[in-house]
Amino acid sequence: MSEVAVSARPVIAKGLRLQWEAAQEAHVLLYPEGMVKLNSSAGAILSRCDGVRTVADIIADLERSYGMTGLAQDVQAFVVLALEKRWLELVA
Amino acid sequence: MSSTQPPAAGVGPPLQTSPAVGPPTSADASLREKTSPGVGPPLWLLLELTYRCPLHCVFCYNPTEFARTGAELGTNDWLRVLREARALGAVQLGLSGGEPLVRDDLETIVAEAHTLGFYSNLITSGIGMTEARIGALKRAGLDHIQLSFQDSTREMNDFLSSTRTFELKSKVAALIRAHDYPMVLNVVLHRLNIDHVGEILEMAETMGAQYVELANTQYYGWAWLNRAQLLPSRAQLERAESLTQRFRERVAGKMQIYFVVPDYFETRPKPCMSGLGSVFLAVAPDGTAMPCHAARMLPGLELPNVRSADVRSIWYDSSAFNRFRGDAWMKEPCRSCPEKHKDFGGCRCQAYLLTGDMDNADPVCDLSPHHHLVTEAVARAAAGGAAGPLREQPLVFRDHRTSIPVVPGAAGRR
Repeated sequence: MSEVAVSARPVIAKGLRLQWEAAQEAHVLLYPEGMVKLNSSAGAILSRCDGVRTVADIIADLERSYGMTGLAQDVQAFVVLALEKRWLELVA
Repeated sequence: MSSTQPPAAGVGPPLQTSPAVGPPTSADASLREKTSPGVGPPLWLLLELTYRCPLHCVFCYNPTEFARTGAELGTNDWLRVLREARALGAVQLGLSGGEPLVRDDLETIVAEAHTLGFYSNLITSGIGMTEARIGALKRAGLDHIQLSFQDSTREMNDFLSSTRTFELKSKVAALIRAHDYPMVLNVVLHRLNIDHVGEILEMAETMGAQYVELANTQYYGWAWLNRAQLLPSRAQLERAESLTQRFRERVAGKMQIYFVVPDYFETRPKPCMSGLGSVFLAVAPDGTAMPCHAARMLPGLELPNVRSADVRSIWYDSSAFNRFRGDAWMKEPCRSCPEKHKDFGGCRCQAYLLTGDMDNADPVCDLSPHHHLVTEAVARAAAGGAAGPLREQPLVFRDHRTSIPVVPGAAGRR
C-alpha cells in the first residue's frame, strides 16, 4: 500500500486502544502485550482517526488546529504507514 | 508471554516510539516529546494472581518452591495494587499465574483495571474458561486473551501437562473467537515437542489463530530442573525454524508467527526486562513485588511486599528495585562493554543459576568467561541424539509434592 484516498475513513484497528498517558506526556497506542509511545504529530493524527472523519477532514482539522498549510502529504504518508502497521483500518 | 514462561525472549513489553512525521510537531514546540531523566514509571505490571494451577507443566517458570510461599492476596489488596500502580503510570497489565481463572474474583479485578485505564491481558491455559466466564470478562472490559498450548498431539499435550486438556483448549479457542478477541496462541517449545512444530502450526491454523508465538523454553524454575530433557539440539532447532519459515510464507496476511530462539543458542544475551527496575513490575500471589518473574531466587535481594509497602515506595525506594538500575553493579566484561546499555548484561537469574553470582555477565554472552557453561549444555543436548521420551533422568512435573528450592548449578551437574 502506498496511497490512501482522501475520502477514506481511518479508525483505530480493532483490539488496539489509543489513550493519553499523563505519566509519559504522550499518546500511546496499546495492543496485546505491548505499546507504542507516539510522538506528538502521530498522536495528533491518530486521535482524529475516529472512523467518521475522512482523511481530508483530518488534514483540514490539523491545518486549522496548528495554523499551517500543506500537511496533506505528511498526514497521508503517516496514515499509509499506520495502515501497514495495522494501527489503523479503514471503515468500509 | 504465557502463564508458564516469561515474556518472549524475556524482554518485557515491546515498547517503541513512533516515527516522526514532520510538520505538526515542529509547528508547536510545546507538544515536543519530553524525555524524563532518571527512573521512569513501571509501564508494565504483571499480577501473578495465584500459583494454583490444574496443570503440571515440566517447563513452568514458577518458583519450584511455590508451595512454600504465603497466602494469596485478597481481592481488595489486588485492587489497591492496581490503583497505586496506575497512579504511577502503569498501563499494560498482565494477569497470570498459575492459572488466573482459578480465582473467582478475576472479573472484579479486570473491571477495576478497565475503569482505571489499563490495557488488560489474560494469560491462561484456558482451563476453567466457560461461556459464562468469558462473557463476564468481556463485559468487565478485558482487552486480550492469550491461550497457551503445549503441543498439537493430544497424547503429547496430555503427557507434558499431566492432564487431559487438548479438547478443552480447542473449545476455549472457539470461545475466544466467538467473543471477538484476536486468537493468540502461545506454544512453549522444547526438545520433546519441537519436532512437532509443523503439526502445531497446522493445528493453530485450524483453530483460527491469528497470532502464534512459538516460544522456546527459558530455563528457570521447573524448566531449570528439567533442562537436560528440554534443551533441544541445534539440528532440531534449525529444522523447526526453517519449517516455520515455509509455513509463514504460506499463511502470509492471515497468520503472524513469531519464533523465539532459545538464548542458549545465541552469543549475546537478551536485554532482560529492558534492565531490572526499568519498566517491569511483577507481584507474586503472596504480594511479593519483583523486578522480574524469577527474582525470588536471587540471593540477598530483599523483595518488598505490597502488604506492607505501597507501590510507589516499592518502585522508587526499595533496595531490590534499585539494585540493578544503572551499571554500577556490573562486573567485567560488562562494565567496560560498549553494548552494556543494549543488553544490560543479560539476565540476572541466568547469571546466578549458571555461575552462582547474580552480578556476573549472563553466560549466554560469548564474552563471558562462563560462556562454556552454555555451550557445554548445548553440546550435551546435541550428543543426546534424536528427541525421545524419558531417558535415565525422569522429568520433574510441577507439583506441590515435588515443590523444592532450586540450587544454582544443579541442572548443569545432573
